Formats: sequence, C-alpha cells, structure tokens
Amino acid sequence: MTYALATAVTAHPGPSGVPLAAAAHGFLSPTGVEIAFLLVGLLTFGAALVTVTTRQLVHAALWLVVALGGLAVEYLLLTAEFIAWVQVLIYVGSVVVLLLFGLMLTRAPIGRSPDADSGNRWAALAVAVAAAAALVWVVVDAFRTTWIDLDGPAAGSTEVTGASLFQHWVLPFEALSVLLLAALVGAIVLSRKARAEKSSPPVNSRASAGGSPVVPESRNHPSGGHRPTEQEGAR
Amino acid sequence: MHLAYPAVLSALLFCTGVYGVLARRNAILVLMSVELMLNAVNLNLVAFDVWLSRTAEETLHSGQALTLFTIAIAAAEIGIGLAIVLAVYRNRGTSDIDKLRDTAEGHGSGTDGDAPAAEKAEATA
Amino acid sequence: MTTTTLAVLVPLLPFLGAVAGLLLGRTAPGFVRPLAVLPTLTAFVLAVLVAVRQGGDAAVDAATELTPTGSVPVYLALHIDGFAALVAVLVGLVASCVQIYSTGYLRDDPRYPSYAALVSLFTSAMLLVVYSGDLIVLLVGWEVMGICSYFLVGHYWETPEARAASLKAFLVTKLGDVPFLIGLFALGTDAGSFRITRVLGTVAHGGLDHPTVIALLLLAGVAGKSAQFPLHTWLPDAMAGPTPVSALIHAATMVAAGVYFIARLLPVFEASAAAMVVMAVMAAVTMTGSGLAALAQDDIKRVLAYSTIGQLGYMTGALAVGDRGAAVFHLLSHGAFKALLFLAAGVVIHAAGTNSLAAMSRMSGLRDRVPDAYWTMTVALLALAAIPPFSGFFSKESVLGAAEHVTAGHTGHVPAATGWIVLVAGLVTAFLTAAYATRLWLLAFRGHGAQAPDHGRQPLTMTVVLWVLAVPSLALGGLAYRTLPDWFDGGDLAPTLTTSVLGTGVALIGGLVTYAAWRHLTGLAARVPLGAVAAHPEGDAGQVEAEAIATHAPAYGDVASAPDPADPGRLLLGPLHRHAAVGFHLDAVYTALFVRPVLAGASLVRFLDREVVETYVRGAGVLPRWLGAAVRRAQTGNVQTYVSALLAGTVVLAVAAVLVATGA
Repeated sequence: MTYALATAVTAHPGPSGVPLAAAAHGFLSPTGVEIAFLLVGLLTFGAALVTVTTRQLVHAALWLVVALGGLAVEYLLLTAEFIAWVQVLIYVGSVVVLLLFGLMLTRAPIGRSPDADSGNRWAALAVAVAAAAALVWVVVDAFRTTWIDLDGPAAGSTEVTGASLFQHWVLPFEALSVLLLAALVGAIVLSRKARAEKSSPPVNSRASAGGSPVVPESRNHPSGGHRPTEQEGAR
Repeated sequence: MHLAYPAVLSALLFCTGVYGVLARRNAILVLMSVELMLNAVNLNLVAFDVWLSRTAEETLHSGQALTLFTIAIAAAEIGIGLAIVLAVYRNRGTSDIDKLRDTAEGHGSGTDGDAPAAEKAEATA
Repeated sequence: MTTTTLAVLVPLLPFLGAVAGLLLGRTAPGFVRPLAVLPTLTAFVLAVLVAVRQGGDAAVDAATELTPTGSVPVYLALHIDGFAALVAVLVGLVASCVQIYSTGYLRDDPRYPSYAALVSLFTSAMLLVVYSGDLIVLLVGWEVMGICSYFLVGHYWETPEARAASLKAFLVTKLGDVPFLIGLFALGTDAGSFRITRVLGTVAHGGLDHPTVIALLLLAGVAGKSAQFPLHTWLPDAMAGPTPVSALIHAATMVAAGVYFIARLLPVFEASAAAMVVMAVMAAVTMTGSGLAALAQDDIKRVLAYSTIGQLGYMTGALAVGDRGAAVFHLLSHGAFKALLFLAAGVVIHAAGTNSLAAMSRMSGLRDRVPDAYWTMTVALLALAAIPPFSGFFSKESVLGAAEHVTAGHTGHVPAATGWIVLVAGLVTAFLTAAYATRLWLLAFRGHGAQAPDHGRQPLTMTVVLWVLAVPSLALGGLAYRTLPDWFDGGDLAPTLTTSVLGTGVALIGGLVTYAAWRHLTGLAARVPLGAVAAHPEGDAGQVEAEAIATHAPAYGDVASAPDPADPGRLLLGPLHRHAAVGFHLDAVYTALFVRPVLAGASLVRFLDREVVETYVRGAGVLPRWLGAAVRRAQTGNVQTYVSALLAGTVVLAVAAVLVATGA
C-alpha cells in the first residue's frame, strides 16, 4: 500500500513544482549537511531512548542533556541559530537542573532502581511503536520529495527572529510574560503550603488549612524527619 | 536538505516521549519524557518554518516564534509540574505515578498507595 | 314554588347539610347537630308537600340535559309518581327520626360529625334514587348509598367485626352491582334512552330485544342491594354498625331501594316470564330461609336483620306476582315498623348492656326500665307478625292476596306457578315470622332472674321518636289501604277473606307454639346461668352497643348464636337449629366457592411473580452486572493506563482517517 501511495504521489506533480527539485536531490546522494544531520539525529534519538529506558534516574537526566543538546545542534544545522542558543540556555541550562533538583528533593535513589518502569511498560511500548510507525509512514509518504533549500541568509538568525517576534508577535509575547508570572506565583504557592504545614503541628495545620486534603498521620511522620533538608535544597 | 529527515526524527522523538510518559514510574522521569515530546514538536516547527520561509516567501516566521513560546511555556510547565510532584511527594511519601490511585473504584490491589486512598474516601464520605 | 323546585330541594338539602357537616365538623362542633337534623327535617316536610301536591295524579316529569354524553343521552330528570312521592315521605320520616335519635344515641361519640354527615349524604342519595327519572342518575345515588353504607357499618372500626362486616357488605353488594350496571347499559341501549318514561314506553310497545337477560342482570343488582338470596349474607353482619344506621339503611330504606327499583321498572321484568319465576323462587327461598335463621339468632339485632330479609322477600314476592302496589305498600309499612323495631332495640341494648337474647332472658324488670321501648316494640312486633289491626297485617295481606289472585289465573302476564310459590312461602313465613317475633318479645321482656342494670332514664330524643314511629306502625295499614290504590296503579289492596284467615291463623299458631315452648323451658333458663353485660352506666348507647358486639363472640363463642338450652327457637327448630344459626352455611359455601379460589389464585399469582417472572428479571440483571464488573476492572485508577488507552485509540483513529482519506 505504501508503494502504491508513493507512486500515486510521484505520478501527480505537486502544485509548487517541487518534483523538479526532488529529482535533483535523491536520498542516495546526501549532502554534507544531511550526513551531519543524520549522525546528530541518531545520537539524539539514541540519547532519548536511553533517557526513557535507563534504570538510573540521574543518568536519565544526564542523557536528557545529551538529547536536548543534540537537538540544539540540529537547530543550528537548520540555520535556526537563535532557537538553538535559547534551547541550550533554557533546556540544558535550567530545565535539566530543575529536574535534577526535583530528583534530589524526592529522594530518588542513586544507582540502579529496578522498579523504574511501571507495569504498563508493554502497553506503552505497543502504543509508542504503533504511533511511531503511523507517524513515520505518514510523514515519509507526505514529504519524501520536499526539499529545504538551506543556502542563502540564515532563516533563524537573531536579527530575523527578533524582528519577527517584535513586529508580529508582540502581543502573544507579552501575554506569555503574564503566563510566566502566573507559573512563578503558582509554583511559589504550591511550595509555600508545604512550609506552612511544617511550621505548625500537623493537627492544627489541618484545621487551619481548612479544605486541605486530610492526610493520615502515619504518612506525615516518616517524612517529617528529613523535611528541613528538603527545604534547604529547595532554597 | 530533505524535509523528511527532521520530520522523521521529530516523529521518533515524540514517540520515545510517549513511551516514557506511559512507561516510567517516577513522576520526574515522566516530566522528562514530556520535555522530549515538546522538543520533538519544536523540531518540527523549526524545520517547517525554515522550509516555508524559503519556498512560500512567508515572512512571519511563525514557526520559530511558536518554538520560542513553546520553550517558555515548557519552562513554566516544568516549574509547576515539579512543584506538584514535590507536594505529592510530601503528602504521600512517594512520587510513583502508579501508586496514586485515588480515583480507582474499590481497592483490591493492596499496595501502599491504596491504604491512604481508602482512608481518604472514608474521611470525605 | 313549583312542585319541581320542591322536589329538587328534597335531595339537595341533606346533601348540602352533609357537605356543611363535613366541613364544619371539626371547627364548629356546636353546629353539627342542627346541621344534621334540620336539613333532613326540612327535606321530610318538603317531601310531604310534594306528595300532597302530586296527590296520586299524573306523574310529575321534568328533565334537563346537563351536557351531551355520547350515544345515549343522560338527563337530570325527575319522575315523581305516587310510588316515588310516598317512598320519599317514608325516607324523610325515618331519616329525620334516625337523625334525632342519633343525637342521643351517639351523644359522646368523637366521630359523631362525620357520622351525621354520612347519614345526611345517605339520605340525599336515597331521595335521589327515589325521585330520579333517569337510570344513570339513579345509579349514582345507588352507588353513593353503597359507599355510605360501607362507611357507616364500619363506624366502630376499632372492632374487627365491624371492619370485616363493612368490607363484606361492600364486596357483596358490588358483586350484584356489576351485573346491575351491565343490565342498565343493555336496557338503555335497547330502549335508546335512560329516561324511565321512555324505557317504559319502549317496553309497552314490545321494543326490548333481550328482556330476560336484562331482567336477570338487573335482578342480580337488586338481590345484592335488597339482601335477597343468595346475596343476602352481608346484611346480618352489617348489624355491627350503630343501631340507628341499621334502622335507617339496613331496615327501612336502602335495602328497600332494590324493591323500589323493580317496582319502578316492573313492566321490564314482566316482559320476561322467566325473570318473574326466578324472582318468585328467590323470594320464596329468602323468606323461608331467613325466617328459620331468625329463630336461631341470639343477637337481637341479627334477629331483626333476618326478619328484614324475610320482609324484603315478601316485597319481592309481591313484585314476582306483578303487584307493585302491594310491594310498595308493604315497603312503607315495613319501613315504619322495622325502623321502630331497630330503634327500640337500640334502647333495649343500652338498658340491658348486652345484645344477647340469652342474657336478656335471665334478666327481670327490663320492661320497667324502658317502658317506651317495651310498648312501642310490642306494637311493632305485632305489626311484624301481621296481627290485625296493625299495619303489617294489611300490607302483608295485600301481598298474599295478590299471590292468591295470580294462582286463580286471573292475570295473563304472570304464570300461575309464581303465585303458588309466593303464596305457600308467604304462609310458611307468616308462621315463622310470628314465631320469632314472639320469641324475641318473650326473651327480651319476660326474663326471670337478676334485676336489669339501671342505666337511668333514656334520653328524650331516643324515646320520642319511638312513639312517632309507633303511630304509622299501628295505624298506617288500616287507614291507608283504601286510599293507597289511588296513588298506585289502582289495584285493590284490601285484605281478602281467605288469605286473611289463613295468614292470621298461621301467625297465631306460630305465636302460640313459641309461647308454649317458652313456658316449657322457663324452668331450664334459671338453672343455666349465662350472660355477659357491658357495664357502662355513664357511657352513651353507642359505646355500650359497640362493646356488646365486640364481646359477643368471646362470651358466647359465636357472633350469631349462644349455647342457651332454654331458647325456644332451639326446641322448635330441633336439629335444624345448628344450621340456621350460621345462616345455613351460606358463608361457608361462599368461602369454598369464591374466597378460597381467589386466595389460591392470589397465591398462585404471587408464586408466579416471585419465582417465575422475577427469575427472568434477575436473569436479565445478571448480564449487565457482569458487564459492569468487567468495565469496572478497567477503572484501575492508574493514569498511565488511561493515557495508554487514549493514545492507542488516537493512533487507531488517525490511521483509519488516513486510510479513508487516501481511499485505501
């Protein structure tokens, strides 16, 4: 069926005249950029796979750094340099650090943890493989002949991106700042509740918290001993 | 460059993220997988933006702008998500997703997460 | 005011009194007694006026159609002939007496307001039946009477006897009312109208297609209402109601409604010779059987109840020989003296503190305690036994005379056989009637033994009405038998020599035989102590009576009879006594024929419902329950499972969409 689809696509010339370009650029004669993209892509994909399969939780975060860094390189190869640096700054610089903090605050075990994967693993694998097959099939079918011309001025230079962002996307940009503020406040609120709970005895705190969830005391006591360290870590 | 390369890579990364979201037990690892999925989408956006900016002479650069927005939202999301995970961890002493089963009917499995759930149901009833 | 307006007011006034009594009964207790007595009394006066104006001339007819009601129109119609006018006077008289009597009898009863309102409502319904010129309107009154009877029999609903009796009365009369309704519809369809005048006109022209079926169906309803064999069994049990109610409803008026109905539509019945024969046989069986049963009863009111059944049998017999004048004549005189008997019996029960004749026969001086009741009851019993010159003699002789007239074959449309049946049964019943009347009188007032308890003077309201009713009991027959034919069909009501001698002879023989038996047994009574007396010197008569009824079965072992060897009825009846006491086992027959099959059917249906139908229902519930259990297993509470299913579904949908889009 895929073959038939492919022939159908090639039989009908696209509306934008792409088939001419596609004819000039076959998959069997890759350019240098493509080779680099492929290699980095393989590295990224591999790092992502390790991230979701490794049993050592801290390693997963580190492999995530590799995957995200690889993606930054891919952005560079696609001439989107500003995005690439933003990617490095925000993802590699802050998000992964946050995740590592999270791992530490939840007392994630260092070293191999045999129960890193839930019992849902095989269903997840089936769904993921099926989704991958479907997506790859559709994408390949649709874009096998599409060619990106990477010559000329960079499509994602800082200048171009900045001009576009502040000419056409000002309003969403400002709205986004509000969203970030809201997220900031939200994160603080979520963290503060825990601190208020800690400063007073558990029974009173429940009474003062009003509608806060009723938690059995047996849950509070074992975690009570190590809370000061958590708090320090959070700060 | 063929558009198929970034598109396929994006699809594969996305599905890897899906697998991670569905299979990982630790909530923070699930958040990592979510980051993977978001990045896959970003790659798609960038690749198509580059392609369209050359062929269709569109000048809005909407793909790259949206990528930036996505990155910002992802940063916010990771902050909130981690705060929630921490709150859950403080309440329950665990951040394992498959132990948070308060919505299940009946409590037949007898795992650690079920006992407080049962008590909670009684307390609210 | 025209006669029509007056006639409309007659049923309307008690109805308004009933409504007002029901509304004001709780809020204004002071108005209850005037509201009960005055409308009924006014209605009586108006009924007398209507009777005077009508004067036995041509019938007064008036009709208005309220609204179109489909195929056969229903009219609010009046049809007042001599029968209607006189029966209305009787109803008004008895109802007024009963209302006055009840003010004393139920003096302290907490439910007196509703009782009085129901009696008023009953009076209104009965007057409606009497005056109505339309069969459907008549049916309305007929059924309202039935429901009032149900409520009033169950007035002492604290006692199980009263509850059972009210239900029995309702069910048995309904058993007759269903064929009655069908018969009315058949009659209306055949005649094309429910107006009595048109129906009679159709009958006169021979326009009825199914006279026998219609007559027999109507006869079933009449048998239920007028307590004729085999639907009479409710009437003795209905004595569990208060005595005034028994006097009004179960002696003088409601039970006479069936007879009155036949009298109105006699040509319809005469159109079918078979119906007349059936009626004659029914009357004969009713008369003799009830006479025998009355001899065996111990409860004074049950004696009177069986006597009522027998006297109604006389009326039916008169109708069976085609003389409605005689029937209504007997209805009028019987209504007067039977109401008197019941009301006097109420006084006697109050004074004696018991309703048992066996207990009264061991009590001396009862007649000195209640002289009014003694003298009036003597008059009424003589009237009942048809001793000249009391009114019962003339009316009963008119019935026997009509029967004898038919045996001679002078009338064409009535078979001579019916005449013989009615005549023979009537003479036998005359004997029995005299016997049980004598027994009642002797046992109640000629007892020997301890002094009767002193309950003080009876209330004036209760004794005055006895004398009021004693007047027609004494004199109505002798004064009226000459003038009544002008009001009726014109047939001669004067007693003939043959039947007078025969009837009076057997009555005297019956009385003397009973007296002899009583004399023979007097010594025995003193040796066998018996009796239980309800001692409520302060209580009103109704309370004493309720207690007496409730204690009869525990004290004597049965509601109807007492194990009294000194009872003259026991000697006279011999081995028959045992069967007569329980009404010749008719209740047992009904139990075997109807009650047990119905109960068995009910338990069968219950079994089918519980075990068979419900099994299917439960089986139908099992599959959804299994499905629910299966679906419930999917609700694990694990978010990852949910998302997995969600994404899998998404993939499937996406693939399907792609495949459809590409036309594969």
